[in-house]
Amino acid sequence: MATEILMPALSPTMEEGTLAKWLVKEGDTVTSGTILAEIETDKATMDFEAISDGIIGKILIPAGTEGVKVNSPIAVLLEDNEKIEDVSLDSDIANSESVAEAETNIPSQFFQTITQTATQIDNTPDWPDGTPLKQQTVREALRDAMAEEMRHDPTVLLMGEEVAEYQGAYKVSQGLLDEFGETRVMDTPITEHGFTGIAVGAAFGGLRPIVEFMTFNFAMQAIDQIINSAAKTLYMSGGQMGAPMVFRGPNGAAARVAAQHSQDYASWYSHIPGLRVVIPYSASDAKGLLKTAIRDPNPVIFMENEILYGKSFDVPELSNFTVPLGKARVWREGSDVTIVSFGIGMQYALEASEKLLEEGIKAEVIDLRTLRPMDTGSVIQSVMKTNRCVTVEEGWPQNSIGSYISSILMQEAFDYLDAPVINCTGKDVPMPYASNLEKLALVTTAEVIDAVKHVTYR
Amino acid sequence: MAARKTVKKPNVSSEELQQIYHDMLMIRRFEEKAGQLYGMGLIGGFCHLYIGQEAVVVGLEAACQDGDKRVTSYRDHGHMLACGMNPKGVMAELTGREGGYSKGKGGSMHMFSKEKHFYGGHGIVGAQVPIGAGLALADKYLENGRVTFTYFGDGAANQGQIYETFNMAALWQLPVIFVIENNQYAMGTAQKRSTSTPELYTRGAAFGIPGDAVDGMDVLKVKSAGTKAVMHCRAGKGPYILEVKTYRYRGHSMSDPAKYRTREEVQKMREERDPIEQVKGILLTGKHASDDDLKSIDKDIKDLINAAAEFAKESSEPGVSELWTDIYAE
Repeated sequence: MATEILMPALSPTMEEGTLAKWLVKEGDTVTSGTILAEIETDKATMDFEAISDGIIGKILIPAGTEGVKVNSPIAVLLEDNEKIEDVSLDSDIANSESVAEAETNIPSQFFQTITQTATQIDNTPDWPDGTPLKQQTVREALRDAMAEEMRHDPTVLLMGEEVAEYQGAYKVSQGLLDEFGETRVMDTPITEHGFTGIAVGAAFGGLRPIVEFMTFNFAMQAIDQIINSAAKTLYMSGGQMGAPMVFRGPNGAAARVAAQHSQDYASWYSHIPGLRVVIPYSASDAKGLLKTAIRDPNPVIFMENEILYGKSFDVPELSNFTVPLGKARVWREGSDVTIVSFGIGMQYALEASEKLLEEGIKAEVIDLRTLRPMDTGSVIQSVMKTNRCVTVEEGWPQNSIGSYISSILMQEAFDYLDAPVINCTGKDVPMPYASNLEKLALVTTAEVIDAVKHVTYR
Repeated sequence: MAARKTVKKPNVSSEELQQIYHDMLMIRRFEEKAGQLYGMGLIGGFCHLYIGQEAVVVGLEAACQDGDKRVTSYRDHGHMLACGMNPKGVMAELTGREGGYSKGKGGSMHMFSKEKHFYGGHGIVGAQVPIGAGLALADKYLENGRVTFTYFGDGAANQGQIYETFNMAALWQLPVIFVIENNQYAMGTAQKRSTSTPELYTRGAAFGIPGDAVDGMDVLKVKSAGTKAVMHCRAGKGPYILEVKTYRYRGHSMSDPAKYRTREEVQKMREERDPIEQVKGILLTGKHASDDDLKSIDKDIKDLINAAAEFAKESSEPGVSELWTDIYAE
């Protein structure tokens, strides 16, 4: 049966083109792969090949014609035994498939972009009253979390630079090599891009790797594997396979290590669908959240802080203590202002709230703990009570976590706000080395106090 | 370091030869159909066809066992069909329909099948290489005796992460075969214009990884070289590099005018080196199949591909709710 040869789309954006030149004439025999014509697209001149065998019965569009619409017939291809006279162009031609533009009625997704409102807020404490507590550093809590999960699940392994024999560049993995051996605690070469990709592959292959970055600054070399491979594969595979793994290490400024070693990546990773992003402040959160992160079937960015590693907190003595992702923690209740922070920012937030209390200003202090999913409900509920909000973080101001919270509050608690939200952030400069300049570049407790006074009109 | 060797033709049964012919022709007809559907606007975006390179995946699939893994780049249709994925599901993914392997959410470049141990389908040049080594790391960790075929092109062979991966794969003795599909053009840049040393199979020398080069237009030579590589890996001797010299007839993607090479160059390759014609020749001259047998295979494939195309057109677009699913695993 005769078939129509249709004007092809030869680029992702082509809607029409010029039929520049015919390379065959009527009566020519063609086979699959024979170049039929040259077609000018919006980008280039392309060869157009036959995809089936036959005889060119009739050329419908002469060479040189401009503006030929994609999918319009340009020639008729006959089978061996056919003659063009026998073919009625109106009815006898197969394959003149017109592509119906699917008019999908897509409902507005606008409200999906706004996160869950303050409907279901989980206010249960992280551990029951009366649980025995012990003082532990963040460093020890992180190690215990990994050791407990490695005992529990033989597919969990730790890999990274200096995690094994050196016992961790910051001693977080102390003792793990001795207990679990070199198959499960693997020193890697200093090649973040490569070993991160290998860890992603291992996660696809059935393991649950914990990747330690000596700092998140170095993870920039690996960010393609984290985002394009780890975060997106579950979606791109229609749910068939994903990367159950944890990327952890210190994030943000330490002390006097200057621009390339002092960046806060909280807002970078929190931007990415497919990732979970956790940034604990206390030792109990470090432990409980890391255990949850290791068990989570998704890629989790787990950001620690070098300055907090040595800080001690109460940690519950429970055999299976975990903290759920996406649940904020109210550190201090108050009625005058809500201070929202996370990670080391909590240090400034809590210090400021104590000093403010001396002046009679009662601040409610919320530690987000998880940035994705973010417990915006708890923030909104608090702001509905205090009517004022200050956010605190060490990262840069543009597209900060604070700016996202501000937009959420504007959309969902606009009528409750008695003052514009203020974002206390690191200064918009690369981190300087000089001691005095470094102090100026970081967010300070004094700035948080000033911001609170500003929004409370004191 | 192994020098380039002539690989002896293995003894292959008539049945296996016919299967090889079938699989290669199926890939070619599938890709021709995909090109046609692209031309009709049914397939969008980027679409990288495998025409000309069929002997590479069919030869190597003939060398592997059930449970072995494979991972490749965005020129992935051939790999999927060769490892037994359903042409209907692959074609429906190309058209972005719910019947596709990724429910229409991945497209030509991002497709996966856990069942067939096909780990993608990756759109970022070179990114699949450490992933392949990671799959091998998991196999070694789980002590399951499996081997991973990690495919990449001559373009990706210049990526930094490849060499980071070579180092770790050798250091940790991972059971991974790095298959360099050298089709001589990194998009539009000829190998000699992008690559300081053309012998890509020697690129593992600095890491102590043995390598071999093979004529990728000869499917039996590919199978034989693949078998040797698999034996090396399965014996616990660590990674292996196999450079397969091949040629793609079509442009880099559907929108590539391919002005960086002459029509004559492509035509000469088609006429003198075509991998499918070579097998056809062996089948007929060796009396492994009759003309009628081949006609029957041709017809079966035509029906199979037409059915795949019909399915890909008829399958519905994914439901709107699919926009929000598969972002997180529960």
